[in-house]
Amino acid sequence: MSEKTKENEAEATANGSPKPTSPNADLKHDFASFWNYSPAPESSDFVEIREQYQHYIDGSFSVPAKKRYFKSINPATEEVLAEFAEGTSEDVDKAVKAARKAYDKVWSKLPPRERGKYIYRIARMIQERARELAIIESMDGGKPIRESRDVDVPLAAAYFFYYAGWADKLDYAFPGRKAEPVGVCGQIIPWNFPLLMLAWKIAPALATGNTVVLKPAETTSLTALKFAEICMDAGLPAGVVNIVTGAGQTGAAIVDHPDINKIAFTGSTEVGKIIQKSLAGTDKKFTLELGGKGPNIIFEDASVDQAVEGIVNAIFFNQGHVCCAGSRLLVQEGIADKLIKKLKQRMETLIVGDPLDKNTDIGAINSKMQFNKINEYIEIGIKEGATIHQSNSSNLPDKGYFCKPTIFTGVAQSNRIVQEEIFGPVLTIQTFRTPEEAVEKANNTPYGLAGGIWTDKGSKIFKISQKLRSGVVWANTFNKFDPTSPFGGYKESGVGREGGLHGLYPYVNLK
Amino acid sequence: MSVISIPDFNQTIPIDKVGVEERVSRLNKRSIKKESKVQALNLALSMIDLTTLEGKDSEGKVIQMCSKARMPYAPMPHLPSVAAVCVYPNMVTTAKKALKGTSINVASVATAFPSGMAQLQVKLDDTKFAVDSGADEIDMVISRGEFLKGNYNFIFDEIAAIKEVCGEAHLKVILETGELETYENVRTASDIAMYAGADFIKTSTGKISPAATQPVTLVMLEAIRDFYGDTGIMVGMKPAGGIRKAKEALQYLVLVKETLGAAWLTPDWFRFGASSLTNDLLMQIVKQETGVYQSLHYFSED
Repeated sequence: MSEKTKENEAEATANGSPKPTSPNADLKHDFASFWNYSPAPESSDFVEIREQYQHYIDGSFSVPAKKRYFKSINPATEEVLAEFAEGTSEDVDKAVKAARKAYDKVWSKLPPRERGKYIYRIARMIQERARELAIIESMDGGKPIRESRDVDVPLAAAYFFYYAGWADKLDYAFPGRKAEPVGVCGQIIPWNFPLLMLAWKIAPALATGNTVVLKPAETTSLTALKFAEICMDAGLPAGVVNIVTGAGQTGAAIVDHPDINKIAFTGSTEVGKIIQKSLAGTDKKFTLELGGKGPNIIFEDASVDQAVEGIVNAIFFNQGHVCCAGSRLLVQEGIADKLIKKLKQRMETLIVGDPLDKNTDIGAINSKMQFNKINEYIEIGIKEGATIHQSNSSNLPDKGYFCKPTIFTGVAQSNRIVQEEIFGPVLTIQTFRTPEEAVEKANNTPYGLAGGIWTDKGSKIFKISQKLRSGVVWANTFNKFDPTSPFGGYKESGVGREGGLHGLYPYVNLK
Repeated sequence: MSVISIPDFNQTIPIDKVGVEERVSRLNKRSIKKESKVQALNLALSMIDLTTLEGKDSEGKVIQMCSKARMPYAPMPHLPSVAAVCVYPNMVTTAKKALKGTSINVASVATAFPSGMAQLQVKLDDTKFAVDSGADEIDMVISRGEFLKGNYNFIFDEIAAIKEVCGEAHLKVILETGELETYENVRTASDIAMYAGADFIKTSTGKISPAATQPVTLVMLEAIRDFYGDTGIMVGMKPAGGIRKAKEALQYLVLVKETLGAAWLTPDWFRFGASSLTNDLLMQIVKQETGVYQSLHYFSED
């Protein structure tokens, strides 16, 4: 509409000349000068965090063999939150032995319906302790309480409920075949959705009769150990779930352990490649959920205001620490100016700050390392000649690792900020003219995890989504998760699927 | 301001229902506490159009309502007065007299409210009578039948004609969104009203259910934002009917704040057409000031 408002300007749109814009295109809305929200922090008083945490092996908390500990900090305050045991190969070995014993003696022998009961019980206990878990997740990882409360924890419970239901119905999942558990599963999870990723891993493994050794990320181990408490309270037989904390070396010890039957890893593509190399020549099954650089494609006929909201959800959800984030925006040329203007306006209303404040939209960057990496990429973007825009109205707290929501325009497909995964609140914006060009640009990365399509036209959704080399394609929405839906990547974004019926396959041997 | 050219209203602006409702539910998660709550409760009170639109309205009732409009709660005389009272045309003189010496506006519904099922001339006369009686604001209804037929020029011309009769009086255009049904229709009707000269766009008459909802309000606020961006002209917004609780009122204010910004957070640009909201706001304000809830018996019904 606005493009056509001025006749005289319309005449000036001969080839090559700039597109007409509204005469008042620079009119700004002032979102900050009046009626600002008072702080509304979620109280963390009742949350109990110990100074030191041990491994959870064979149903009890056990001191690490080398007695070494590492510190985990709250990224919003830079204060030490707790100390965690550093897992060595001795610890991993102990955990695997416990898991093997539990598998042989108890868990694989248990009637499936009994297995289901335990998992249902765990799901209910996650719900009962939802508030505590959400607060801990926000303190430990920096994510806003709005997300941990409304997304992470409820979804984690939902995955347990969903897979609890499959436990005694595997004959129906694989009609005419017999599904046997694979044995002991080694699982390594990332720091962006600590409890939720734990649920994605542990729920299907237990439902199919396996036992697990799980390693949480070193910056976010706390909810995994709270989960260990839940396993104890639920009376889960000792050794069925073992949690060993530590960094990369601990993970390597799990991957290399000869008595593990299956590896499930979620994390960076870089580490995924190392894991796949070390698994070569073994008979371990594996699934890998790796990086992404998701295209979010906005067509001219999309509902613009809702698309803007979708872009915000796609890239600024969880500070952009999302493997399936829509970090590359592809906009059809005709609406690009209008859309970018609206996006910039919307960015001004995003509140960056204390993760525990209920009004916070964007919390703290998970760790100093990641904070530095994001800033490096922002530097690279500027050096590559892209135009940077950051929201102005948000004042960052003095302490802690915070990053303003950032967009880059004027980028090229060859730029590093377009090709490489930044894993932060940084969006690159490119325009396209034809659907063909959109698909070509969307597919032109080594990744293929998730993407989005925005159009009012249903047929276009199906046509384009079939051409995207991407494990997940959202239409007119973004970053929606459901336990019934399989999730996983094409190309360097991973191997295998998690969630849904498909998520059972990696955990069973079919006869 | 240069000439404003009028867009083609047959060109539907796509609105995604799921997206609109999701946005509203996200905005509803804003937590309004402490000072920001007190500030917002007072602000909401000052934005109310106290309304009585019944066949049995009497002059006595209108006078009582005007007295409440001036001083919503006598024990706390420092509270703001409401923005306006809204009555039928034949009560305008009474209301005007009762509010003499205050800055409270008298708004009158007109144009064969609430159905709008009358000839244009009747509507013009209705409006003229209200304006001549001293109404500061006119709340007109659009002809929904013609709108749903796709007769957009008719709607546009009618609004423009009424606007002319209004003269100095502010024109609020009631879309009656409950009868338009889709968000796309709401958007188109909003655009027609604004381009035809509306000073305010208003959701509902209060006679049809559903009346004001937050998603409809958001769609209209976004239309106002686009109109402002395209023409530089500010248009006001009035959700009416069905808003009863202070908590909802604060949610509406959040919608305005995060869609249009601070400039619209005044009674000049945002109104609540919600009489029963007044007492709940008062209850909450008293609670904030004294620390205890009063029973409803302490607040006057009209």
